[in-house]
Amino acid sequence: MAATPLWAQLINLLAAILLLLAFAMLAQRRVLTLINLFAAQGLALASSTAIVAFATGQRHLYWSAGLTLILKVALLPWLLHRLIRKLDVRWDVEGLINIPMTMLIGIVLVVFAFNLAVPISQLANTVTRATLGIAMASVMLSFLMMITRRKAIPQVIGFLSMENGLFFAATSATYGMPMVVELGIALDVLVGMLILGVFFFQIREQFDSLDLKHLEHLKEEE
Amino acid sequence: MIEILAVLGFPIAGALVLAAIGHRGRAATVNVVICLATFLSAVALTVRVISYGPLLVLDRLFFVDPFNVFLVALTAFVGFTTSIFSRPYMRIEREHGRLTPARLRLYHSMYQVFNFTMLLALLTNNMGILWVALEAATLATVLLVSLYRTPASLEAAWKYFILCGVGIAQALFGTILLYFAAEKLLGAEGGALLWTELNAVKGQLEPTVLSLAFVFLLVGYGTKVGLVPLHNWLPDAHAEGPTPVSAVLSGLLLNVALYAVVRCKVLVDGSLHNSFAKGLMMGFGMLSVVVAAFLLSRQRDIKRLFAYSSIEHMGIITFAFGMGGPISNFAGLLHMTVHSLTKSAIFFAVGHAAQKTGTQLIDGIRGLITISPAIGWGLVLGTLAILGMPPFGVFASEFLILTTAIHDQPWATPLLLLSLGVAFAAVFSKVQPMVFGDTNAARLPHRPAMTPVFVHLALVLMLGLWIPPFLADWYRQAAKLIG
Repeated sequence: MAATPLWAQLINLLAAILLLLAFAMLAQRRVLTLINLFAAQGLALASSTAIVAFATGQRHLYWSAGLTLILKVALLPWLLHRLIRKLDVRWDVEGLINIPMTMLIGIVLVVFAFNLAVPISQLANTVTRATLGIAMASVMLSFLMMITRRKAIPQVIGFLSMENGLFFAATSATYGMPMVVELGIALDVLVGMLILGVFFFQIREQFDSLDLKHLEHLKEEE
Repeated sequence: MIEILAVLGFPIAGALVLAAIGHRGRAATVNVVICLATFLSAVALTVRVISYGPLLVLDRLFFVDPFNVFLVALTAFVGFTTSIFSRPYMRIEREHGRLTPARLRLYHSMYQVFNFTMLLALLTNNMGILWVALEAATLATVLLVSLYRTPASLEAAWKYFILCGVGIAQALFGTILLYFAAEKLLGAEGGALLWTELNAVKGQLEPTVLSLAFVFLLVGYGTKVGLVPLHNWLPDAHAEGPTPVSAVLSGLLLNVALYAVVRCKVLVDGSLHNSFAKGLMMGFGMLSVVVAAFLLSRQRDIKRLFAYSSIEHMGIITFAFGMGGPISNFAGLLHMTVHSLTKSAIFFAVGHAAQKTGTQLIDGIRGLITISPAIGWGLVLGTLAILGMPPFGVFASEFLILTTAIHDQPWATPLLLLSLGVAFAAVFSKVQPMVFGDTNAARLPHRPAMTPVFVHLALVLMLGLWIPPFLADWYRQAAKLIG
């Protein structure tokens, strides 16, 4: 491994930023800020991927970094902003549990994720193995965000941020998946986002709101 | 190789053509023709694999062995018969004003996209592409489930998207872990995600990583299989989407997701040499069987009823593959085939019944045998078949699974028998008045498209009485592959 400690340091720093942003998203009440935080997370992901690429000479990771930059920093946040403008929704995000409580659960999840990652990190021989725990933690935090948010758009941002965590896991544990798979995943994310955009309009048309409490009618029959 | 390209090429071309002309009157016929072409290519592929052995083509990108080739043939066949059923069904839906031409175009195009993703998931050799295909299948079906744009269908589609999206993200993490374990042996360039390569080195894969990977893969793909407790999306998606979609969801998607789980299990078993994967699959399978059987009696919507029955049967199949061994795997494969044929036949009949009476509520449907004898008999025979009555094929596979369980897993036998009994009582007591009860509804003005129903049921009957030697041989080879 021809990596100097500096690169490893930088990657660790970016990993820490990624985790911090995941927590920030968990604590954020405003939808617009949430989107910006998501874009920032994408930026951290793209730069860490680029640094790993530079440090290890894995050419295909540059493509992966570029893809992340285009998709997660530019395209998706732009789509989300557009969507919010068109739907004219700027409401605050209400959670099912209050924010301090969510943060506490988040901390427990992070500890859990680190413990889970220990046996795998020991097996990894990549420069970035220390960050696997962080990747897992941010996946779990996004998961928590999806569970605790009641409105449609924050749930989707949680979903996308989970994808970020997964990508980070892929780069930190294995220097990225084969290109064809990464392209496929990126395509799926993009198409999924477009479908959801259409979907939001439908939901709003039907229910006059994007609050998911309207979507709780299909329950088990008595 | 040309066969593989044809199997995948027809649906993708069909999706494009139907995206352009899907709203025209003839689109439904075009849909049938494309599905027929896909089916014929699948038959050609099958014949080739049977006569020349497994195929590994296009830079190891596609891999066909006895295990997936029979699923390819089954998928293409059910896709074809469903398109025949969907032709009159969707026309009537349109006449009832439930669909606009634009939605019909979306429906036809997405139907082909869905077929394509199913076949791609089955044929690919790359575990990453398998994931991508299943995710794409989720997206296509989200659009299909929400086709009517009613509040209930939007809710079902949203639930489906979020639950399966989260589930499939877990599977992606599992795939990453798998790649992580394999990359050290095969190198980043050596195709560390190719199933054939993984299978060749499975004995040396790191057991700790693989066991963690399998948990994620099972939870992820298990969500799509509809295993309890990850099954919440399944009844809603089945009940709120158009009936042809319910038929392909139950008949195809669940099978393909289970196929993904089994492919992973083969690798994990090779690496771990213990009963870790076995235990997990048996546990999830048994839980699904028991929970679904007891929830059956609480259903009031006919499509939800049969959706729960699908969960029960997927549980049985998962249990069978978990138990392992040549006989159990053989039975699992047979059950996959007969379940998918029978369940799609039932949904065809249910679809016509619900369309005729204008409701999906069980209480609202009465006396089908007077309204239309074909629908009535189709439904009652299909129900008997799915409940495991001899001489239908479901009986044969369930019997094999039960006898193996008595031998290998004695604890499971009473649970299985009890659940099958409960399911029988619950489903039959609901279907019986629907078919034979009194009614004052008029006879159907049009002839329902019942040919697919009876073709499916005839095949299931045949599989119960006599399995053609080539098919039995095929199942045996596949069962050996699964181990």
